Amino acid sequence: MIINRFFPQFMHKDTGGKWLLSLLALVTIIVIIFNFLIPLLLPEMSALHMPTYMVTLLGKYLCLALLAIALDLVWGYCGILSLGHAAFFALGGYAMGMYLMRQIGDRGVYGNPELPDFMVFLNWQELPWYWIGFDSFAFTALMILLVPGLLAYVFGWMTFRSRVTGVYLSIMTQAMTYALMLAFFRNEMGLGGNNGLTDFKDILGFSLQSDGTRIIIFSLSALALALGYITSRFIVESKLGKTVVAIRDAELRTRFIGYKVEDYKLWIFVFSAMLAGVAGALYVPQVGIINPGEFSPINSIELAIWVAIGGRGTLFGAVIGALLVNYAKTYFTGALPEFWLFALGTLFIVSTLYLPKGIVGLFERIKNKNSDQNKQAENKLEEKTA
Amino acid sequence: MNTLTQVKHKFQDVLRRDRTFNHTLQGMHSIQGNELDISHKTVLYLEDVSVSFDGFQALNKLSLYIDDGELRCIIGPNGAGKTTMMDVITGKTRPDAGTVYFGQTMDLTQMAEHDIATAGIGRKFQKPTIFPEHSVWENLELAMKTDKGVWHTLFTVLTSEQKDRIEEVMLTIGLQALCYVKAELLSHGQKQWLEIGMLLMQDPRVLLVDEPVAGMTHQEMDRTAELLTSLAGKHSVVVVEHDMDFVRSIANQVTVLHEGSVLAEGTMDEVQNNQKVIEVYLGE
Repeated sequence: MIINRFFPQFMHKDTGGKWLLSLLALVTIIVIIFNFLIPLLLPEMSALHMPTYMVTLLGKYLCLALLAIALDLVWGYCGILSLGHAAFFALGGYAMGMYLMRQIGDRGVYGNPELPDFMVFLNWQELPWYWIGFDSFAFTALMILLVPGLLAYVFGWMTFRSRVTGVYLSIMTQAMTYALMLAFFRNEMGLGGNNGLTDFKDILGFSLQSDGTRIIIFSLSALALALGYITSRFIVESKLGKTVVAIRDAELRTRFIGYKVEDYKLWIFVFSAMLAGVAGALYVPQVGIINPGEFSPINSIELAIWVAIGGRGTLFGAVIGALLVNYAKTYFTGALPEFWLFALGTLFIVSTLYLPKGIVGLFERIKNKNSDQNKQAENKLEEKTA
Repeated sequence: MNTLTQVKHKFQDVLRRDRTFNHTLQGMHSIQGNELDISHKTVLYLEDVSVSFDGFQALNKLSLYIDDGELRCIIGPNGAGKTTMMDVITGKTRPDAGTVYFGQTMDLTQMAEHDIATAGIGRKFQKPTIFPEHSVWENLELAMKTDKGVWHTLFTVLTSEQKDRIEEVMLTIGLQALCYVKAELLSHGQKQWLEIGMLLMQDPRVLLVDEPVAGMTHQEMDRTAELLTSLAGKHSVVVVEHDMDFVRSIANQVTVLHEGSVLAEGTMDEVQNNQKVIEVYLGE
């Protein structure tokens, strides 16, 4: 197969992944050509391009797809149903939001060069210590990984060491994200309280409102999704990935052949949290706001639904689920706003009842059926010829 | 003034150069403990081990010694504490009282399950537990004796020696034709064999085998007996089994457990003629 040349060794058997990444590359190239190069070089033909809001919308979906991959790693492969994964996403988003706030400088409503608007409004005199450093992009990039990673490490270290599993762990992750939501709602947190962080102007000196910046952020989201996918595939194809699945299926057995199960769970949990943080950080400049609502438990549950509908334990299933459900959400909340929650519920029930392995499982079933029929046909043919 | 001198003395005591602290001693102890010391020919010591669950005395001052390279069968009626004994040895259950030593130095009551497994104690469960979603090959690969740290596991690639080792074990357990078959599709007997194969991959010093022939046909039983006897010598093998014919076919040393302690010990014939054993098994 020629196409294998474009992919690393560990992806050669991953047909779904190859399709996904090829499509992703295609879409990105099309967007760049039509929305970036053509308007630049041939302004008279620029009518061909996609509206920028659509590009941004697509970029948002890609970030959510990356988040879904993160959850699929811990849920589909390691069997840890985290119902608080949106918290790591939101933390990454807040880190990026803090950087974008610092970039506003004196262009805020109050024109204070040092303090963001909401701090001036609250009569704060100086920047709290935890805002220090967020004027540097490099520092922010580090924090986008470290903050969710650290929270996941502390939370995971405590729970996995005490061997909390199953539904208890899920409830604790829900409590974690809920607690964070309540904390971030408070003005005293110094992170914008109820309103969150918004009114961003530019990133690295490029205006967030310009088409060019938006297309670059879209391309970066696509790149992050591709790299996130490849890294995750590398992990699940490695022996570590096999061990993690072994833990999911027979934890005790894994322990008794000498694996320190806590370490493995912790590792994959922290990695997944960091991935979610990156997704959040790319999401925020595209939607232009981050507020405590992102921590709300319902977001994490919705995330689990994307993965369940797409198909657990396949990685590309999570991406398909995230894209489909979010597209449906955008459509329904626009066309029939009251209907959306019913649709989501129905989708969830249908997928649990009829699609236990999600959409990917459905395709596999069809494929197997076909190959079975082919085999039967072949057998008959052989009988006849014999 | 008095307290001040006391503090001073304590401080001097701490700073004395020839002083050895207990905690540093323990640290050294555990380093030595990584190597198995079987200079006294006994590989496993259980002394006065007691375990109770909610008032039920599962083990009652059990004392048992397993020699290096020995094949020992442990029999006993239901509830005699056979499985609990294995739980204690492998670290799944902590004893309320008593000592459990692996060799001369390793205190198993202080070690985590995975450390005990790495130190060289392998266990087969009563109900075959294998990794259902993995192939036979992968099951063996996962069990293989190697560095089981997270980072090493992420980047490791099988060496040709390791592949040979897997193939060798696959040949021993007779599953080479099913190499790439998902383990959940194996028959019950094959699963039992796969689990024994996984034990072999760990290359343990002591194998604890809980009811290896449950649900096996006679031919399979014979092969299992053959395998276990061939393992003794290089490894110590402790077999818990209900099937008396099977026990007779493999064991020279038999220990009978009853109500959490040892009732009798000896060869199969001695044990079968023991009055107490007859009473326990047949009733008075």
